[in-house]
Amino acid sequence: MVPASASLHCHDTRSLTGTEAKMAEQVKLIGSSNSPFVHRAAVALRLKGVPYEFIREDMSNKSELLLKHNPVHKKVPVLLHGDRAVCESLVIVEYVDEAFDGGPPLLPADPYDRATARFWAHFLEEKCLKSLWPALWTEGEVQEAAMKEARENLALVEEQLREKRFFGGDSIGLADIAGAGLLGHWVGVLEEVAGVRVLSDKEHPALRRWAAEYLANEAVKECLPDRDQLLSHFSAIRDKCVSVAKSMLPK
Amino acid sequence: MSPPVKLLGTFSSGFSRRAEAALRLKGVPYELIQEDLSNKSELLLMHNPIHKKVPVLLHGDRAVCESLVIVEYIDEAFDGPPLLPIDPFDRATARFWARFIDDKCSTSFWLSLWTEGEVQKGFVKEFKQNLALLETQIKGKRFFGGDTVGYLDIAASGIAHWLPVFEEVASVRLVTDAEYPDLCRWAKEYTSHETIKESLPEREKLLAIFTAKKDFFMSTVKSMVPK
Repeated sequence: MVPASASLHCHDTRSLTGTEAKMAEQVKLIGSSNSPFVHRAAVALRLKGVPYEFIREDMSNKSELLLKHNPVHKKVPVLLHGDRAVCESLVIVEYVDEAFDGGPPLLPADPYDRATARFWAHFLEEKCLKSLWPALWTEGEVQEAAMKEARENLALVEEQLREKRFFGGDSIGLADIAGAGLLGHWVGVLEEVAGVRVLSDKEHPALRRWAAEYLANEAVKECLPDRDQLLSHFSAIRDKCVSVAKSMLPK
Repeated sequence: MSPPVKLLGTFSSGFSRRAEAALRLKGVPYELIQEDLSNKSELLLMHNPIHKKVPVLLHGDRAVCESLVIVEYIDEAFDGPPLLPIDPFDRATARFWARFIDDKCSTSFWLSLWTEGEVQKGFVKEFKQNLALLETQIKGKRFFGGDTVGYLDIAASGIAHWLPVFEEVASVRLVTDAEYPDLCRWAKEYTSHETIKESLPEREKLLAIFTAKKDFFMSTVKSMVPK
């Protein structure tokens, strides 16, 4: 198995040997450059030491490949493994953990610890992320209410992280992949573009520490988009961010 | 010997019944503790402080929350026939469609029931598109899980048993044999399955409960319909 530290970013056609024929089939990741969801899938592949070809998608002009392999949502990331297509970033992370042997497990062995990891991954995805968006991009009373909810959710995450290095224990796992990139890297950029602060060193020391540890990981660094690139991207689509936030609000 | 299993749930909740279906399919004995959601117990608030919802599975001193997380836990913690497929790709496919049901189908369904006019037409169109996708997944298969009931069947149980009751309360007909022959065929198989039917609440009682809550249901969509 090719080590994770090797540069395997694009167009790696090194053939693999292995007893597991399926594992040896070519892996491709369809993604865009700025998506935290694509980042999750890439991190999982790199942590598991799975070489893959990255196919950069232009989301304003979706390719036949994307539409064919994710007809339901037409979104990235999409993982192609031989003739299989896996969609939805957290589903991809679990698939990578189960389909490939190399690297540390992304979910713990114990069923209860696995349930806990899935619970927190789901919480970070459903509650944290969904409450952050209106908190960043709306105004006035609506924003105040959204901010209150976002901060309550973040406080729950903060509380969890006081006792642990990662949700996964000593190594990065499903819940960390679900939230650390978003909260540690993307949110800082979004805060700057929106002119709104959600996270702070003072209120979220454990969260900050957790994110910093995550971002220091070699596999994470290899697939983390550059901050300036993200800043430029989200500044350019600021209006779209605002309209998406508005569409999330009730009448 | 495995520690005792208790489930905090309610009579009418489809989410709560998912957990019961999984426990019964695995042959795990459990004590059902009925919650009154208008007056939540200390036990519930202690073991699900974050969401304060049912179901909550108590296994010894462990508490597991979120219905699909519970189903996977039951599959992994207890011996018995597997609920999720063995192959990683089939597992990923099952998880994908379960999320689709919870994120897309249930929302568009709910909004189709309780809105009116042009707004309702839009949601009905969306829900029918979602159903058409599910129809392709069940075509040619006895259950979503293949020959035996599995995780995705349990995830879809709302469509099989609760949906027709809601349709009746709302006087809306969305799922017909003509349009969704495979889904309807599956629904009959699922709800008449020997073990599954023991986990399902009686239809007439559900109908009575939901009819009484109709006004409340209609009020919920006001906070859900996007601007």
